[in-house]
Amino acid sequence: MIEIKNLHASVNGKQILKGINLSIKAGEVHAIMGPNGSGKSTLAQVLSGHPAYEVTEGTVTFEGQDILDMEPEKRAHAGVFLAFQYPVEIPGVSNSYFLKAGLNEIRKSRGQEELDSMQFLKLLKEKMKVVEMDHSFINRPVNEGFSGGEKKRNEILQMAVLEPKLAILDETDSGLDIDALKIVSAGVNKLKSPTNATIVVTHYQRLLNYIVPDFVHVLVNGRIVKSGGKELAMELEANGYDFIKEEMLQSA
Amino acid sequence: MAETIEELVSQEYKYGFTTDIESDTIPVGLSEDVVRIISAKKNEPEWLTEWRLKAFRVWKTMEEPRWPNLKYAKIDYQSISYYSSPKQAKKLNSLDEVDPILLDTYARLGISLTEQKRLTGVAVDAVFDSVSVATTFKETLKEKGIIFCSFSDAVHEHPELVKKYLGSVVPYADNYFAALNSAVFSDGSFCFIPKGVRCPMELSTYFRINASNTGQFERTLIIAEDNAYVSYLEGCTAPMRDENQLHAAVVELVALDYAEIKYSTVQNWYAGDKDGKGGIYNFVTKRGKCQGVKSKIAWTQVETGSAITWKYPSVILQGDDSIGEFYSVAVVNNRQDADTGTKMHHIGKNTRSTIISKGISAGRGNNTYRGLVSIGKNATNSRNYTQCDSMLIGNKCSANTFPYIEVKNSTSSVEHEASTSKIGEDQIFYCKQRGINTENAVSMIINGFAKEVFKNLPMEFAVEAQKLLGISLEGSVG
Repeated sequence: MIEIKNLHASVNGKQILKGINLSIKAGEVHAIMGPNGSGKSTLAQVLSGHPAYEVTEGTVTFEGQDILDMEPEKRAHAGVFLAFQYPVEIPGVSNSYFLKAGLNEIRKSRGQEELDSMQFLKLLKEKMKVVEMDHSFINRPVNEGFSGGEKKRNEILQMAVLEPKLAILDETDSGLDIDALKIVSAGVNKLKSPTNATIVVTHYQRLLNYIVPDFVHVLVNGRIVKSGGKELAMELEANGYDFIKEEMLQSA
Repeated sequence: MAETIEELVSQEYKYGFTTDIESDTIPVGLSEDVVRIISAKKNEPEWLTEWRLKAFRVWKTMEEPRWPNLKYAKIDYQSISYYSSPKQAKKLNSLDEVDPILLDTYARLGISLTEQKRLTGVAVDAVFDSVSVATTFKETLKEKGIIFCSFSDAVHEHPELVKKYLGSVVPYADNYFAALNSAVFSDGSFCFIPKGVRCPMELSTYFRINASNTGQFERTLIIAEDNAYVSYLEGCTAPMRDENQLHAAVVELVALDYAEIKYSTVQNWYAGDKDGKGGIYNFVTKRGKCQGVKSKIAWTQVETGSAITWKYPSVILQGDDSIGEFYSVAVVNNRQDADTGTKMHHIGKNTRSTIISKGISAGRGNNTYRGLVSIGKNATNSRNYTQCDSMLIGNKCSANTFPYIEVKNSTSSVEHEASTSKIGEDQIFYCKQRGINTENAVSMIINGFAKEVFKNLPMEFAVEAQKLLGISLEGSVG
């Protein structure tokens, strides 16, 4: 589904990603773990096209298409979704209006008919069940006055409505209490299918108890230094990231 | 992305065309003779000529205000022509006699002056340069006793009303621009809603400046008698020209006991090009008087055009329990300057006022909110709530707020809230990541910001205003 080759990226002239190689197939869940400042979030931002990041080298092919030159909205139309670590507030714009606008843009780009308000509302209410969200959220302004947990749930709701092919969850577990974590994870799991893929970016192993990855990659200093199965996450949890760094030193 | 932004910013002003029509324009310059010529052209009674001359004499002794936070080239009042009208052989008796070129001009602006085709139930008075060219639905309104006509017609047909109310809210010596207007005003709309009548349709005036080197000085007077209600809309556009053009209007509203006047403006005068060349200088005095008890006046304005805006629609809350409201969205982009706000003068007891101001600054625009809330000694138990929000787009624009508050009794309360936010790259990116392109994202964010004001506009106007806001700011985010 997505093929990342030798990806280098910088922000404000500072090199953050220094050659990422990663290949993800449909139906797979990949976890990206790593210490603070290793480049995890940068990877998520670069894949979705944040303008602050400059790709200096490498390629990203999504469903056979080079996406690095595409505007973020075009990537969204192609099926890339980012669940933000810090969801953004848009005062005065209702959640449903925002989401309907997004969905209809995506549908238009695919030659599908746009949904009218009634059709959309029906869909939205169905999807709200997935993340156990109250109907009052329909008309509340996007993320304004939401608690941390509500914001994260709202991200998953958006994902449920937009049905992306590739979902990138950036630190979705940060700021969540255990109940919210369960609801959010359950939501993500319900949306999993053999035709879509998920990248879970996280600092802690905790989330991976609920969203079980097929592969775990450890990112240190802008490179993937170790890849493995879900047991790698356990190892990291037990030993911390230092043991990886030591391994690296020894092999150097 | 930078290139597309450039392209979008330089997008042409949609209403910038000129109409090629023969016009009767008097030579440039201003003197007592010019004032007399204007008055004579309009065949005015002597009292009005005298009134104009008094205004002119006062104006000569006054100085242009220096306190606004505005930068503009000095206006040479002697290089402006103070009267221009499309040539018409005779007085028009019906719309069929209006020059087709003018009808076509208004059609291009999206205003239909043909009554039969007008389904939306809005009566329109169209002002082209210095004169009113057509007023629709006159007869329908007449049946209810409502007078809606050009100011010139009102002078002849209802002199007693004009004499009674002209200058009663904005005296000719009120300020520099009001004095100038009083001396040379050309035309405008007059509207009178008799006792107990609820105006069945929206009344609307559409102002169009066409001729070059002319100023537009219209005068609007609206009177709502006891228990009357009217909702009034005003729209404006002008051609794109390299020279600045002066627009100095005066609007007076009078609400008697239990009367209500809603006055909405969507101002889209030409704003000048991206380097600040050309555009309208908009110096306007708008004031309403809640003369009667429990009367209400609400101003709603969406200001997107003009190179320079100087405008403070105000309410004098004279009647006990009267209500004044001001809802404003002011947008500046490129090199536009706006110094706008309101004044609420609480005089009667238990008077209430609400001010919601949303300023949006983009490009190198400079946006100033200036407001006065004054609560007099006898205005006991009065209340004011003010909310002033500013939004900045980009790094080169500015927003300023100058709220003045004077309270002279101890039973009243005044609240003031203010916020400044910046439309962030992150907000735009968030929208884009959900599939919404930059233009639509900006428009969505801005409209969300201005929502509280839009909801006070009549439906049809609100939709128009939302689109306009999107266009004014297209591509201003990088």
